[in-house]
Amino acid sequence: MILDLAAYLAFFLTVALSYAVITLGLNVQWGQTGLFNVGVAGFVAVGAYASALLTTPDAPDRFGGFGLPIIVGWAGAMLAAGLVSLAVGALTMRLRSDYLAIATFGVAVVVQLCALNLQTVTGGPFGIGFIPRPFTSFAGDPLLFSLANLALLALVVLALYLFLERLLSSPWGRVLRAIREDEAAATALGKPALRFRLQAFALGGAIMGLAGAAQAHFIGFIAPDNYLPTLTFQVWAMLIVGGSGNNRGAILGAVVVWALWALSGSVIGSVFPAGWQARAAALQIALIGVGLCAILLWRPRGILGERRIVSRHLVTAPKANPSLVNNTPPEIPHA
Amino acid sequence: MIAQALLDGLVNGAVIGLGAVGVTLTYSILRFANFAHGELVSWGAYFAFLLNLALGSALLSLGAPIGPFSFGWSLPIALVGAVLLSATLALLVDWLLFGPLRRKGSAVIILVMASFGAALALRNLLEFLFSSAPLYFTNALQIAMRLPGGIRATPDQLLAIGIGLGLAVALHLFLTRTPTGRAMRAVAENPQLAGVAGIDVRRIVRTVWVLGAGLAAVAGTFSGLLVQIRPQMGLDLLLPLFAAAILGGIGSVPGAMIAGLIVGLGEAFAVRLVGAEWRAGVAFVVLVAVLLLRPQGLFGARRAA
Repeated sequence: MILDLAAYLAFFLTVALSYAVITLGLNVQWGQTGLFNVGVAGFVAVGAYASALLTTPDAPDRFGGFGLPIIVGWAGAMLAAGLVSLAVGALTMRLRSDYLAIATFGVAVVVQLCALNLQTVTGGPFGIGFIPRPFTSFAGDPLLFSLANLALLALVVLALYLFLERLLSSPWGRVLRAIREDEAAATALGKPALRFRLQAFALGGAIMGLAGAAQAHFIGFIAPDNYLPTLTFQVWAMLIVGGSGNNRGAILGAVVVWALWALSGSVIGSVFPAGWQARAAALQIALIGVGLCAILLWRPRGILGERRIVSRHLVTAPKANPSLVNNTPPEIPHA
Repeated sequence: MIAQALLDGLVNGAVIGLGAVGVTLTYSILRFANFAHGELVSWGAYFAFLLNLALGSALLSLGAPIGPFSFGWSLPIALVGAVLLSATLALLVDWLLFGPLRRKGSAVIILVMASFGAALALRNLLEFLFSSAPLYFTNALQIAMRLPGGIRATPDQLLAIGIGLGLAVALHLFLTRTPTGRAMRAVAENPQLAGVAGIDVRRIVRTVWVLGAGLAAVAGTFSGLLVQIRPQMGLDLLLPLFAAAILGGIGSVPGAMIAGLIVGLGEAFAVRLVGAEWRAGVAFVVLVAVLLLRPQGLFGARRAA
């Protein structure tokens, strides 16, 4: 009984941490740079499919199956999702800020369409199976297998967190925030805003791709249904609840929201009769939507909120200047 | 065959155009891309469905088909009710959500995000209430008429094109010829200056929501009449609506209507040439092409970005 519980807990945390990776990617785009991505699910899907194509054994009925090691799949996933982000960013970044939102929404629609219809590459609605899973040698012992996967994902999240924290307090990260707060001032100081935004958008997209690959290899099977708009909404809820602009908040938000999601799912599952399950799931998503709006209205900072000072040269300043600890959400100048 | 695709495209385009006019109005006057606009289309369709059902069962004579059309007088009456109810819904969402955010001086992108949360809640509420199974205004099969050129069209389809174009012309005249229309355009240009000049900006905001939601309800009702009513119908329409609003040039009502027809025609020809499964990609191709070649749209003024 306790072993079952431990195995479930390990499984739950592994899934939550894979969401944490996506949320960290979104935090680079939105939290740090103020770029609104409504197509998160699309970028995650690009990563998942790229990695699946690279690592699955050769399949006669579709293109690819190159049988490469998992780590190559992960690298390929980051590259593919990063390149797609770069292309979308290059297309819209010069224009109004909400054109990027519309274009990313379009990307998610088109990725979904390709996953469904390009049967010879993506396997169509049935998706791709037999994706190699890490630690298959432990597969005989479910608990050990879950713990090994959990450890791997925890390591990925930790490495990513340290890397992003370092990057955030580096000159590059500080320029991103400067551009987000006041683009004209940053440009006047000689920082090419467009190039920095593109880099941040591509980096965030690549991280989402990595998350897609990690999920695909953990579950061992992918299908277009995994990448519906609901995924995008969940990730947004995670970032907003945790506190956008804060990497620890992104991870915390992913675990908290995933826990609430799983919990409310099982409550709804036990309260509503069997014929109403699909409708009850819709109610669950509707509540997420209301929650998202409520947080935007009443607590835009989320649980942890953003640290306003990231440079170690300014550590003593925050209390002296009240304007630096105000309650405003991340804002970008009217484009 | 080409003529038939042309007609299918115009019918579909009339629905997209009506929705896109609403998007372009909210976009230019309230200054954000409203991701919840598709949901106003869906809610409009469900409102019309419920009212039509209630009227038809209360007074059987209202359900009897009018002339060549598939519906009775209950539908036009239900449509008027749906327009009013959708407008009320839009005002309610604005009062609860967008209004407070505007007063706090939130950035554009926060409003976009709020609209995204509202869309999520509204769409799934519909799915909770009505389940995802499609609904139909009528189960009767309508016989298509033969038109010159070997085209087949049902009277309902021709009516959709006619009403779509008629409403777009009427709205264009309203915006260009009436004091309220001029005030709306002034607010689109510069809300502060318009306020200083004595225009009640809050009244204009309400007018925009009423017009946008009303047109969305008409679009939803026609979409439901010609195809079917589903909770996801607004989500599926959202990308075509945005593509059409941007192609037409943000703020241009005739532009949005014409661009809606273009997107609709594009979809109809894609269905013939590439296959029905790729239809949803057409709007994205249009969007990318506009953003690459002419970001201000066909009829948009090049505004300081």
